[in-house]
Amino acid sequence: MLSRQANNLYWMSRQIERAENTARLLDITHRMSLLPYRVVDTGQDWADPWALPLIINGLASEYYSSHPGQITSQKVLHFMVMDSANPSSIFSLMRAARENGRSMRGLLTTEMYEDLNSMWLELRSRSETAMKSGGINDFFEWIKTQSHQFRGVTVGTMLRDEAYQFIRLGTFMERADNTVRLLDVKYHTLLPSAEEVGGAVDYYQWSALLRSVSALSAYRRIYRDVITPKRVAELLLLHEDMPRSVHACMNEIYEILGDLCKKESMEPERLAGELHAQLHYGRVDQIMETGLHEYLMEFLEKLHQLDAELNQYFLVPVFAPETKSFQPAPQTQGAAQNQTA
Amino acid sequence: MSAKPPYDEMRAADGTIRPHYRAHAEWLKHQEPGFLQQKQREANALYTRLGITFAVYGDESGTERSIPFDIIPRIIRPAAWKIISDGARQRVRALNAFLKDIYNEQEIVKAGIIPASQITGNPAYRPEMKGVQLPGDVYVHIAGVDIVKTDAGQFYVLEDNLRTPSGVSYVLENRKMMMRLFPDLFSKMPVAPVDHFTDDLLENLRAVAPSHTSQPTVVVMTPGAHNSAYFEHAFLAQQMGVELVEGQDMFVADDVVYLRTTEGPQRVDVIYRRIDDDFLDPVAFRPDSALGVPGLFSAYRAGNVNLANAIGTGVADDKSTYLFVPQMIDYYLNEKPIIENVPTYKLSDPEDLAYTLAHLPELVVKEVHGSGGYGMLVGPTSTKAQIADFRKVIEKNPKNYIAQPTLALSTCPTFIDSDVVPRHVDLRPYVLAGREVTLVPGGLTRVALREGSLVVNSSQGGGTKDTWVLEDQSC
Repeated sequence: MLSRQANNLYWMSRQIERAENTARLLDITHRMSLLPYRVVDTGQDWADPWALPLIINGLASEYYSSHPGQITSQKVLHFMVMDSANPSSIFSLMRAARENGRSMRGLLTTEMYEDLNSMWLELRSRSETAMKSGGINDFFEWIKTQSHQFRGVTVGTMLRDEAYQFIRLGTFMERADNTVRLLDVKYHTLLPSAEEVGGAVDYYQWSALLRSVSALSAYRRIYRDVITPKRVAELLLLHEDMPRSVHACMNEIYEILGDLCKKESMEPERLAGELHAQLHYGRVDQIMETGLHEYLMEFLEKLHQLDAELNQYFLVPVFAPETKSFQPAPQTQGAAQNQTA
Repeated sequence: MSAKPPYDEMRAADGTIRPHYRAHAEWLKHQEPGFLQQKQREANALYTRLGITFAVYGDESGTERSIPFDIIPRIIRPAAWKIISDGARQRVRALNAFLKDIYNEQEIVKAGIIPASQITGNPAYRPEMKGVQLPGDVYVHIAGVDIVKTDAGQFYVLEDNLRTPSGVSYVLENRKMMMRLFPDLFSKMPVAPVDHFTDDLLENLRAVAPSHTSQPTVVVMTPGAHNSAYFEHAFLAQQMGVELVEGQDMFVADDVVYLRTTEGPQRVDVIYRRIDDDFLDPVAFRPDSALGVPGLFSAYRAGNVNLANAIGTGVADDKSTYLFVPQMIDYYLNEKPIIENVPTYKLSDPEDLAYTLAHLPELVVKEVHGSGGYGMLVGPTSTKAQIADFRKVIEKNPKNYIAQPTLALSTCPTFIDSDVVPRHVDLRPYVLAGREVTLVPGGLTRVALREGSLVVNSSQGGGTKDTWVLEDQSC
């Protein structure tokens, strides 16, 4: 298929997945902000719970440049949900996903396009005040449901062709990225805390984090014990039965690339295999020894490298005239911070 | 204008139904009141739902409209169709021969039939095309020839569209709509099918591929989703089963055009481009074009890719070249024109100019290089002041204008509100040239929905009808 088509489909599913994850994150932030326990170091902006979604999504500097003054839940919610000037708001992500889907309408099934289109039309018709008075949590539930539904319609109606593979690839690339970022948030908040590890704040934060990826009850069923950072890391990184774990995402990515990559495009498959093996054979003790933050940052960088390779080989290929083939362009630096589509 | 009423394609002067409309008129008589209204509503709703629309330019919110569709078909007798079909094909053959000639030896100039200035002085003439050899010597692969009828057996060609004529998707969609709304009518009447148009188109495009391959890759090239005719581009690509591409999807290396695909570069052989000459290649033409492919023209010159239509066909379809088409038919084909040109006054000629200035209220005056109804005077529907103003414009630069009598276009029965009433129509059949010159039986009938109006353009209250060519010779 045309690279442009693959690129649009890949981004369509990334944008929907990102909107879902943003909703999950904001939902949990909102719940945490209602608890009596606050993060220590209140003097620092980043310690405010409402700074978390900005930090995790790499939007802190963008936010501060347009929102001077004290951080508030109202301002962050507007910025992250309905702000059409913020390309990473749920509104903008859904708009972009629908635009990508519309331009590739011929490659989607009728059900998929209608689902995507009505999702967008409904979102556009929702007013921000009505959304808040109706309960922000209901709104986040609605976004999650829309994302579940679109994924379900995709799996349930679409021919298993190349277009399908790129749509699925987008979903899991985005989800892996999001789970890694989410795990790292504890580095910014809890670890340097003066609070006793295992204390109340600690507990609420870890359980909120698990809840945001629908993993709290799974944690209980698997470990039947108190929540510890090590086990959370193990569950969300290494446990392949957890559908939002990084390992589970890499399983899918590795398998899809096994189908997509040809002789000339083995590099993305190789890198995905390396990342997959790292999780498949990795042990959490080793990860904790390295330092969770360091491990996550390194992983995120490789994930962005994989994304760059997908661009070079499939999505926005660069042609090298001297060899008459598509060649990887030189690596771009700072990809890890690049969050916009 | 004369007092004679316009030619009614359905009813003879004495009010009787003409033979080829009888079956339809009989059927119409037996329909319940309100049935047609319901069908018309159904058609409107379907067109909107199926997204058969064109974008309205300058509307940020991306409004899309559908062209009004009339549910009464225009019916054409086999004998009349033969004139239209033979006449349109004859013109396209002559125009292709003309283009081949002027981009090579220019024999027609040497023979003194057309002045050199008419060609090389024309802004649509592309000197870059001189000496470029095209597969099958075909320049115009898809032409839309606008034809009007003014009396029994009397047809005129209004203009030839040889660049990127649009509208053929409506021919196919209108037919599908009619078969969906009135299946029983098709069992009563021998309507010639049109569905094979896209098969013919693909076959033609493959036939003009460069000789290096027997399995050519054909693509449809669009300026993008925001183009007003994007629906048609997507429709044609989908019907032919080929990729719909934008300029950014292609690149040129060593004079070969490739698609950027997920499986690496894929060679392109024939491009059915729905994008103007100027924008095709920023290296060869407009450097600010973001829609084109750098190096495309060079690949084309080298014979490694073919374009449909060729670059530079515009020189053959402007209003001053139009005057010479009868001579071209004589010169290249040694035939008499089957369909005549509308009598035309060239205002560069002092005699014609004098006549025109004396008869402005009866004439239509057009700019030689204009299109889309700009820079034009329709005498009978203009005010005295408008005519006076236009007279000054003409006098300033007479050679920039031509004038034609206002033609009494024929009328067809049309469903307006709840009545079937006559409205003026024209016809654009689509002619395909590849190994042979063919056209499907039918075309786009445009109808002026306002009473008495002669303007069929969709931007000015025009709609479309399905065009039925009957196969039964007895009609």
